[in-house]
Amino acid sequence: MNRALRELLAYPSAVAGLGIIVLLLAMSVYAVATIPYHEAIRLWRGGEALWADNPRNASPVWVNLLPGRDLPHTIVVRSGQALSIEKPIGGGVRQFSMSLGFDYPYRKFPKELAVFLDPEFTDRAPNVSLFWRPPDGTEIRLTELTVRRSDVYRISSDVRLQQELGGRPEAVLLGDPNAPEQPLRGRHELLIRGYLFEEGSRVEPKLIVYGEVHGLAGTDHQRRDLIIPLLWGAPIAMAFGLLAAVGSTLSSVAIAAIGVWYGRWVDGLIQRITEVNLILPTLPILIMIGTLYSRSIWVILGVVVLLGIFGSGIKTFRALFLQVKEAPYIEAARAYGVSNLRAVFQYMIPRAVPVLVPQFVTFIPAFVFLEASLAVLGLGDPVLPTWGKVIEDAHSRGALFTGQYYWVLEPAVLLMLSGLGFTMLGFALDRVFNPRLREVS
Amino acid sequence: MAHVIAIPKPRARAAPGALVRVLTYTATRLVALFLTVVVGVYLTIIVANMGGYVDVIKKAAIREQVGFQTFFDPAMRRLPVEQRQARIEELIRIEEQTLGLDRPFLLRTVVYLQDALTLRLGFAERMTSDTGSRLVKNVILDRLPSTLLLFATSQLFLFFISVIWALSLSRRYGSFMDKLVVGLAPTSAPPAWFYGIFLILIFSAVLRVLPFGGMVQAPPPESKLAYALSVMRHMILPMSALFLSTIFLAVYSWRTFFLIFSSEDYVEVAKAKGLSSGAIERRYILRPTLPTIVTTFALGLIGAWTGAIVLETVFNWPGLGRALFQAVGLFDTPVIVGSTIIFAYLLAITVFVLDIVYVLIDPRVKVGFEGRA
Repeated sequence: MNRALRELLAYPSAVAGLGIIVLLLAMSVYAVATIPYHEAIRLWRGGEALWADNPRNASPVWVNLLPGRDLPHTIVVRSGQALSIEKPIGGGVRQFSMSLGFDYPYRKFPKELAVFLDPEFTDRAPNVSLFWRPPDGTEIRLTELTVRRSDVYRISSDVRLQQELGGRPEAVLLGDPNAPEQPLRGRHELLIRGYLFEEGSRVEPKLIVYGEVHGLAGTDHQRRDLIIPLLWGAPIAMAFGLLAAVGSTLSSVAIAAIGVWYGRWVDGLIQRITEVNLILPTLPILIMIGTLYSRSIWVILGVVVLLGIFGSGIKTFRALFLQVKEAPYIEAARAYGVSNLRAVFQYMIPRAVPVLVPQFVTFIPAFVFLEASLAVLGLGDPVLPTWGKVIEDAHSRGALFTGQYYWVLEPAVLLMLSGLGFTMLGFALDRVFNPRLREVS
Repeated sequence: MAHVIAIPKPRARAAPGALVRVLTYTATRLVALFLTVVVGVYLTIIVANMGGYVDVIKKAAIREQVGFQTFFDPAMRRLPVEQRQARIEELIRIEEQTLGLDRPFLLRTVVYLQDALTLRLGFAERMTSDTGSRLVKNVILDRLPSTLLLFATSQLFLFFISVIWALSLSRRYGSFMDKLVVGLAPTSAPPAWFYGIFLILIFSAVLRVLPFGGMVQAPPPESKLAYALSVMRHMILPMSALFLSTIFLAVYSWRTFFLIFSSEDYVEVAKAKGLSSGAIERRYILRPTLPTIVTTFALGLIGAWTGAIVLETVFNWPGLGRALFQAVGLFDTPVIVGSTIIFAYLLAITVFVLDIVYVLIDPRVKVGFEGRA
């Protein structure tokens, strides 16, 4: 075994492949350790409120490392940071004024502006007016509203305001009056003035100046942080690929060995089933299962293993076992009356290991990509965050048209890495275990 | 794949009744292949009907549709409630009868199987061909040319390029080019659609030189030449994707295969005799490997039948793969079954023809039964 390992490490591609696999495994462990399974699903499927603070379709932070890029980050100003003045004006009514200020240091405009208002009252809802104060001290009136429930006022999508200002609100409000295509740097303020009609009534505002970049991975069309599916895609892909490969190769080997050992009709039956399976359209059947029964990744995994058992691998193993069966040591075992079970599992199957191991490693990416293929067809698991689902989201939202390349590239690169890693290792293993190939390559 | 290279029996016993032997073998082989097709297609029918659950979906759809129609029908509204109800039930019954839903499911699967095996593909339930026909035959024939155009051409190119390239590499093994191909072989792990996405990103999104997808520009050009040119332009990316995802592994495997054969003793003898390398290749390397080459070629070609569902989806290519995917989404069982049966027949015929071709091209293969049979 040691010798085999040393031989293996002599192949640079094997070392590279192993490196990639270790990296992916480390990523998987990290993902599972830092974000528990249920937390991951919650962060991926939990609902708007969880990711309301994230900008929509934001690039990852590292794009700012590219020359000439200086995209703004998101700025969140909470009411805790606000300067607040309250003044009773009789009849239990209080007039209040708050200022949510922030320094805007970027050279590009933010993506969006939004104010989240969270009121507290029993009967009469607070009434507020919103104003914008750029660094030059002028005041621009935005809107006036009665805050009946927790609500968002999206400054950027207020059509009336846009007409009044004569341009995109975030560009006019933050813009330099002398150079309208540039934001005015310095302290901008959102002023909230209004009336509270009850004793314990309050309004909690939160201003979000959405940037163009977010986190290490960026966000998608629903404002979800892509780091969740990118991280969690690793353990899911590994588990799916590994289980499918183990399930189908091991059972193929066992069935091929049993067929050869018993021969006659058992062998014939297995061969016929394999031929039938060859006619069955694998991907369409998976698509049917996905459309008609269940899209759960574990159901799909089960079907993949079932269809894979009687795959073309059985023919390879059968040819191998036919030779093994004639070997003298098997004859000897027969002579002293070995049990069938022992013969199959202890004398025959171990001989297939040199073929089995490389094949098994090379199979893993095939299943990883199969999961991604199903996801790209819109048949991915409905709850789990996977790489394939990210590609599907990106592809169906036309990320390539709109230039959000990070959205496609990040999961694609990870998929590519896992594909290359396992295949490189598998090919090298093949050459180490099967010297016939090594002689000539 | 599914080929059996029969092991010859001792010559002495083979001589009498050679014709009988050939005929028995051919007949058994045909029966076995046909049974395989029957079982495979029957399983597909069961799965495509969800073991009968598609019936429930269809019945519910009929009920909803009939209810909807009668609701907006003034004549029906005037009828008293009971009469109207009876009328609705009758309409539902008629509709179910036309679709055959009134007969038990298992019985119908047998009818479906019969129809499929005799290639009476019938009518699609929801899909139509471009000309508006609902015949499954037309739905399939409509999509066939575009799939054939893309996949058969790619397969042809891929096959010849990889075999010729591999042959030349096997002669110069250990050279830089050889090592490069061996090193690049793992790039065949991702499927074609995956490379498709990268290619779209580079050539359509960033460089803006090639179309994102589709088969021809919209509106289609008037003149035939411009039309052909436009189709070719649309073919570049999907074909390159297919190429990238297979070529290096194919060359690598062929090269290893040829190398194994070129280390045979008779090749050494031929070299010693001083034959030219071209002659050695033709007579001593290509000749014995011909069965494998032909098998790969034939199976690759019929593999084009199902196209590549995901690749066609990514490139929006109007081929059979996409049609099959749409059919599944629409629960259009006749189209699914129709496509499968044709594939099954193609595969069975190919396997059978290959068995005969082996005997013709490889004198070592003798018709007969395997070892113990």
